[in-house]
Amino acid sequence: MAASPSLSIAIIGSGGAGALTTGDLLLETACAAGWHGLYTRTLGPQIRGGEAAGLLRLAVHPVECLPDQFDILVGIDWLNAHRFGAEIKVGPQTLVISDPRGGEPPPMVTQSGARVVEVPMKEMAKAIPDGRPNMIALGIASRLLGFSAEQVSAPLEKRLADKGPAAIEASLAGIKAGFGAAAGIAYGTQLATPRANTARRWLLSGNEATALGAIRGGIRFAAAYPITPATEILEWLAPNLSKVGGTLLQAEDELAAINMIVGASYGGTPSLTATSGPGLSLMIEALGLATSAEIPIVVVDVMRGGPSTGIPTKSEQADLNIAVYGMHGDAPHLVLAPQSVGDCVFTSQWATHLAESLQAPAIILSDQFMGQSRAAIERPADVAFIGARTLAANIAGTYKRHAMAANGVSPMALPGTRGGQYTADGLTHTERGTPTSGAADHLAQLDKRRDKLDRFNFGDHWASVEGEGDIAVMTWGSLTGAAREAAAHAVADGIGVRVVAPRLLAPVQPERLAAALEGVKRILVVEQTHGRQFHKYLRAHYDLPAPVRAFNRPGPLPITAGEIHRAITEWR
Amino acid sequence: MSGLDTRLAAKPADYKSDVKPIWCPGCGDYHVLMSFTRAFAQLGLPPEQIAVVSGIGCSSRIPAYTNCYGFHGIHGRSLALAAGLKVTRPDLTVVVASGDGDGYSIGGNHFLHACRRNIDMTYVVMDNHIYGMTKGQPSPTTEPEYDTALAPGGTGVAPFHPLVVALASGANFIARCFSGEPNETADVLAEAIKHPGFSFVEILSPCITFRPDEKVWKDQVHAASVGATHDQGKAARRLMTDDGFNIGILYRGNRPPYQPAVGATDIDWSELERDFEL
Repeated sequence: MAASPSLSIAIIGSGGAGALTTGDLLLETACAAGWHGLYTRTLGPQIRGGEAAGLLRLAVHPVECLPDQFDILVGIDWLNAHRFGAEIKVGPQTLVISDPRGGEPPPMVTQSGARVVEVPMKEMAKAIPDGRPNMIALGIASRLLGFSAEQVSAPLEKRLADKGPAAIEASLAGIKAGFGAAAGIAYGTQLATPRANTARRWLLSGNEATALGAIRGGIRFAAAYPITPATEILEWLAPNLSKVGGTLLQAEDELAAINMIVGASYGGTPSLTATSGPGLSLMIEALGLATSAEIPIVVVDVMRGGPSTGIPTKSEQADLNIAVYGMHGDAPHLVLAPQSVGDCVFTSQWATHLAESLQAPAIILSDQFMGQSRAAIERPADVAFIGARTLAANIAGTYKRHAMAANGVSPMALPGTRGGQYTADGLTHTERGTPTSGAADHLAQLDKRRDKLDRFNFGDHWASVEGEGDIAVMTWGSLTGAAREAAAHAVADGIGVRVVAPRLLAPVQPERLAAALEGVKRILVVEQTHGRQFHKYLRAHYDLPAPVRAFNRPGPLPITAGEIHRAITEWR
Repeated sequence: MSGLDTRLAAKPADYKSDVKPIWCPGCGDYHVLMSFTRAFAQLGLPPEQIAVVSGIGCSSRIPAYTNCYGFHGIHGRSLALAAGLKVTRPDLTVVVASGDGDGYSIGGNHFLHACRRNIDMTYVVMDNHIYGMTKGQPSPTTEPEYDTALAPGGTGVAPFHPLVVALASGANFIARCFSGEPNETADVLAEAIKHPGFSFVEILSPCITFRPDEKVWKDQVHAASVGATHDQGKAARRLMTDDGFNIGILYRGNRPPYQPAVGATDIDWSELERDFEL
């Protein structure tokens, strides 16, 4: 039997069939046994009863993107599977497990040339008291991937602990039956044995990682208004903030949420809210207020398909424009984008540190794919980026909240500080904070707010720059993993590729990008938008030293490593 | 309310800043500012322990005219901003200043939820039944027949009844004042600040420039004939049937304020990571 460093499996079922649970358990089993994995759930818009699929890629190395084609597809049933269409790639190499009583396989299966093996999962489940077809599917998939029954049972027992021994027994019986059924399926590939790994590893979603990074960075207050696909950040923070002496307040709308965090931060508490595109649209006015009044805040936008309500459950990168340019007036602020589930921890922590240090709002652009995927990662290193706000103390004489300073950052008096009383204001103000409509004051404060960002040394974290070669792939956010994998394939073909992915989107870093692109002959810009927002942003702010091609597509279809690889090789 | 210290023997002037108001001569808001500083002095609150939060409009200019910490935010959102401040800084006395446009129109939803949430703060709405800063457009409390450029011949729309809305939404203290009676208003403000939970004080504050007809308010207002009730049902009947000029504390509730525990750091954040460990 051949050993593969990476295998991928998709589990499909109609809502309630348990496809997603099967995927979660496969991920937990694999990761507990030492493999790496990335697992994303994809759903239709229905709250219950629509289509659901768990997309899982397992490997001996860290995984940051989904495959171009799935090795195994298990259809617990096919009732709504056609709605996934091109989202789940099936090819001649794919092994499809199909229940003959689960409806007709969709065209993506029948037209793919894939080998289809029928297993009567429903019928087998019926033979077990309280048996469920998704547990049969779990047994089949586990056996095909090369797990033992013991490896599968531990996470299952943990997950079903609340449901009692009868439920566990029924599930274990289902898994056993699935193992039996899979024994008769000839499948020539298994996952290679994972490397012995002594590093501490975590299994978490991007949204959880973002929330944890925020707490690491010093966030102690969050305001919450639920929105798909950002809610998990807020739900994780709700119990955990209180454990570290903070709190979360549910707001009546996003307008309130953003103003609550401005108020809390004015009082000295590092503060965050999380939302998605529609919520960010509502928050823009207050982001301008925080810019003007120099109040540090962090806003996470877990991007989904837009505009308007768009596709709430699917990923896109099309909030770049609003994040960078959304505010009226000249309003310099920070925009950052994590690049993987693991990087969400770092970027969120760094964003908090930057916002606090620079007394400016920071927008973090995550996305649905990264936010709602679960991945096994090595524990991110502890970094020293903790909220570091410059405070005013021992104030004598007239306090000037917005005093000019060499680095543009003026000490902030917190309420309670004697002699520091001032009024924070969205009106153009003097150094003292008093409203004015004078040209000189307006210019001075605009300069101050620009300079404090421009003069700050953001260091090497501004981007990830990897590889060497005369082709640069420029991308950002969750596409970075696919770009890296594409680059690795190209290097294996003998084509030198470097991947340049800015983590800091605003303020722009022209000198650093010039250094990163030195000597390149071609620049391929890859992004998940319809309007080439990233391409235009690069064109507007940077001197790109070589011919540029854009490879862009809107959501919900993910851009895969294979597609980027083809775009690289075709441009020779 | 927090940080009471009556030993200081504070004077109203201690709470006034040197910033000159932009208000028109004769504006009721001058008297409201006077009532603010008198109430703060009466309570002996250290100015640095008070935060005055506002939105946009003539009345919302008040924070900078005090010598307290202030926040002049964006239109309609003062209550939300103040909520974030108060839950994270329960040591502060938080007073929110607004007007009938800022508070009842663009900020209407926040008004409902601030009443419901019952965080310990005092909400003062200077109601002049008009948008003054934008020069005379009808507000939610403008009479339906009042003629303006934006609504020639009147809006034809029934005015909003803020006190009834406050009661129905859960406000814990409801009063009406008249700006022309700054001492009485200061006393009510002091009571509102002392009362736990969300206290709502509507101050009739005439706009001499765009509503010269409001000069007669001084003859129309009258002290409430009975004291504050604790009974929501009774309060509802009184508020529904009053003439809009009934002055005094009209309702005192006893709901406990919402205040989560903050500031205690029981565990290090690294403990939070355990959930994720494989």
